[in-house]
Amino acid sequence: MNLDMTMFHQAFFEEAGDLLAELENQLLLLEEKPDDTELLNTIFRCAHSIKGGSATFGFTEIAHFTHSLETLLDRLRNGKMQVTHPLSQLLLESLDQLRSLLAAARGETADAPNSEPLIARMEAMLNGVAPVSVAAKAPLPDAAEQEECLRHCVFLIAPGRAVLQQGTDPVALLKHLAAQVSNFTLRCRLSHLPQIEEMNPEECYLYWEAEFDTRLPDTELLDIFEFIADESELAITTVAGIFNGMQETAVPAPEHEHAAETAPPSAPTENAASALAKPEAHTLRVSTEKVDRLINLVGELVINQSMLNEAAQNFHMGRLPQLMEAVAAMERASRELQERVMAIRMLPIKHAFGRFPRLVRDLANACGKKIELKTSGEETELDKTVIEAIADPLTHLVRNSIDHGLETPQERRLAGKPETGVVALHAFHEGGNIVVEISDDGKGLDRERILKKAIERGLIQENEVLPDETIYNFIFHPGFSTAPTITDLSGRGVGMDIVKQAVVGMGGSISLSTTPGEGSCFRIRLPLTMAILEGLSLLVGEEVYILSLTSIVESIRPRSGDLRLIAGTSEVVQVRGEVLPVQRLYQYFGVKPVITDATKGLLVIVEYDGCKVALMVDELIGQSQVVIKSLETNYRKVDGIAGATILGDGRVALIIDVPGLLRNMSRRSQLLSAA
Amino acid sequence: MGKTALIVDDSSSMRQMVGFTLRGAGFTVIEGSNGQEALDKLTAGGGRVDIIITDLNMPVMDGLTFIKQVRTRTLMKFTPILMLTTESQESRKAEGKAAGATGWIVKPFHPEQLLKVIEKVLPA
Amino acid sequence: MTTNNETGALQMGTSADAFQFLTFSLGEEEYGIDILKVQEIKGYMPTTRIPNSPQEVCGVLNLRGAIVPIVDLRRKFHLEPAEYDQFTCIVVVVVQEKVMGIIVDSVSEVMNIAPSDIQPPPNFGYGTTTSALRGMARVNEKLIILLDIDTVLLGENSATAIAA
Repeated sequence: MNLDMTMFHQAFFEEAGDLLAELENQLLLLEEKPDDTELLNTIFRCAHSIKGGSATFGFTEIAHFTHSLETLLDRLRNGKMQVTHPLSQLLLESLDQLRSLLAAARGETADAPNSEPLIARMEAMLNGVAPVSVAAKAPLPDAAEQEECLRHCVFLIAPGRAVLQQGTDPVALLKHLAAQVSNFTLRCRLSHLPQIEEMNPEECYLYWEAEFDTRLPDTELLDIFEFIADESELAITTVAGIFNGMQETAVPAPEHEHAAETAPPSAPTENAASALAKPEAHTLRVSTEKVDRLINLVGELVINQSMLNEAAQNFHMGRLPQLMEAVAAMERASRELQERVMAIRMLPIKHAFGRFPRLVRDLANACGKKIELKTSGEETELDKTVIEAIADPLTHLVRNSIDHGLETPQERRLAGKPETGVVALHAFHEGGNIVVEISDDGKGLDRERILKKAIERGLIQENEVLPDETIYNFIFHPGFSTAPTITDLSGRGVGMDIVKQAVVGMGGSISLSTTPGEGSCFRIRLPLTMAILEGLSLLVGEEVYILSLTSIVESIRPRSGDLRLIAGTSEVVQVRGEVLPVQRLYQYFGVKPVITDATKGLLVIVEYDGCKVALMVDELIGQSQVVIKSLETNYRKVDGIAGATILGDGRVALIIDVPGLLRNMSRRSQLLSAA
Repeated sequence: MGKTALIVDDSSSMRQMVGFTLRGAGFTVIEGSNGQEALDKLTAGGGRVDIIITDLNMPVMDGLTFIKQVRTRTLMKFTPILMLTTESQESRKAEGKAAGATGWIVKPFHPEQLLKVIEKVLPA
Repeated sequence: MTTNNETGALQMGTSADAFQFLTFSLGEEEYGIDILKVQEIKGYMPTTRIPNSPQEVCGVLNLRGAIVPIVDLRRKFHLEPAEYDQFTCIVVVVVQEKVMGIIVDSVSEVMNIAPSDIQPPPNFGYGTTTSALRGMARVNEKLIILLDIDTVLLGENSATAIAA
């Protein structure tokens, strides 16, 4: 059986990733509860599992490193060492090292950093307490040293009485022996049998004498009975020997059981190399429960399908109700199937929250603040792609809260607040969306400083009166940073605009509220998935287009008095005092128009990045969830189009790219005003 | 062969590997991620399997407790139980044996080594 | 495309004696494309127009869930437009992993053409589109223009080219 261990690598990587996350959480908890044995046991188990897996799957570096870590942890959990601050620091560093080693094993990074310095530190830590005598195993008898002569042996095998209760079948072992030697004869001895009334049927009273020829050393023969060696009587007597000076080479000895302890078979290096070469397969672990539900649903779909067939084949008008019913059932099942399939991609948001305890701890240490991290709603589920995409913006916001939001312990004491500040992450469902709130109980945003900066940057006029919300939202403008000093923590002033871009790029939105002296709260609203969009279909001429509902503010039917033509070219509309540019979609998309009089059509007002535009369409058709398909797979990016979707009748409809459209419009109007 | 094996390990990659090996050798494989789950599966599966391969370090119910529990069941009294140990757990072998384990295999091992040990404890 | 006209015919293939071509008509001419590029043939159906696209790309179709661009070969070759009728076909081809459709007047047959029957395309001098031509074949007194469909759809001068 030639087994390719690489086939299990992906499973190992995922598992090791989870174990490391768990390890991290537990290590952080350990700082608070250094004496918690249960905690230490869990930590040990994590390291132990990583070691076992990495050794088995041929990642010797990881196994080697984890072995040292495990030794240290074993000391801790046995109470032979105390958890100290330097020690927990060392453990966290080891965790980072494990991450790097794992990344290298995955092939994400070319080379893993050297583990030896950390191993040396761990050993120093161990030696500092008590000299370690690494349980030196007695060297295995070298099989090659034994005379390779053909011997005639008598082997007495008297198993302990209890071996049956350990699940050992002595006969199986004898068969095993027989298979490895030649000229095998066996005699069963009954002399240990007690009187029948004293006999316990669960015990073994028999013993055997085997006679055979072999070239195997005694150790190897005894090894067959390894599992019962302690309680059994085993004796080999060599009756006769034939020296094999010039004989043909011996039959290759069966593989030695102990090989496992010395070195895994030659596969590892090869495995590691192919792991590097192979790009990581993107996999998703799905609970069997979810899969079972899918299978049920597919079963239902198949039944519906045959009902539908049946109804359609022998169709006459009298059977219309049946047909309609079958269609409706099919629709229900396929809709549910869609939802369930999407649900497969859903992961709890704790996958994104997981990195924060460590981050907060490190940042708190770095800036001398006392911080408590609170999380809630970790089980809220989001599409895997959204989780992956949201991790960085979230990190940025948390850093920002710690760096700019929370005050130092002294400042907090002066302000009459507890010394320890709170950063809270909260995730929950809200109307088909997921909301993630990042809040702190720090000093809040500095309204005056933002205002000053906005005036400096020419975003507003000196004496303009603006609602607070508008002012605070300036922090999302590109290059807008109010931090008086640039710190390591939140980088170089690239900030909120990047966060906003990322969130909007996922089809989400971000808002904030803040109270001076009490703290700030950023709210990120995300779609459950990036593959499905809540869309409004609309008619432009005779073509159907889709607009994302999240970008729509409202739709209105303009009166002729609301519309103006500026400079003879640019059309605008006045909506409740606000003047908005109008884009006739049939012009933008080159559609043969049906309605050219704006008062006969509709204006859909869309917003992106604070800019509003009125898009003129002929008619709204309706709202529905659409599956986003890429145009680029087989064609290419098209100006003003974000993608395509397939309508209920099988036709393709295009999804309007609102941000792209607005960018193009502003570019065009700049060109016009420059001309 | 038509035999059933119960694999108990909290590491899913380990279970995958052992399971794959045993299926390849013709076993029907039942898996449990800890002792308790394995006991439940054992009960649900009719109370008996032909061989058990169990890790020792596991959450909820560890391997030793699991082995002891299995041995209390009449149907499983003589069933071979192999435990997976690591070289750092030499002392565990004796404990395992006392609990009722048939044998052990040391991690890391190659699937072929596992099959060899099974061959040894499981009458064909 | 750096196909040398002299060797164009030789590049058709390597060892086999004959190549299979799907032939179709377009206006007065008969064309052939390598059958291995063809995924399927469908009757004409209306497409969804893509705005801001070259005129030869008449739109996209839903092909079992994939969005597939459709190119009208008449427009591509600057021929007079024709009414789509019951003979009009969409030949779905796979070119460099992209699935695309081409609209042709009608599909004729699958034809075996021996390499010896293929002549290199005529040299029109500089700057012509001959690189999209793999050669000409005369079969049963009919002249068939053999196209390199990759170059037709994705070549540098092509509106559907990836780099565009």
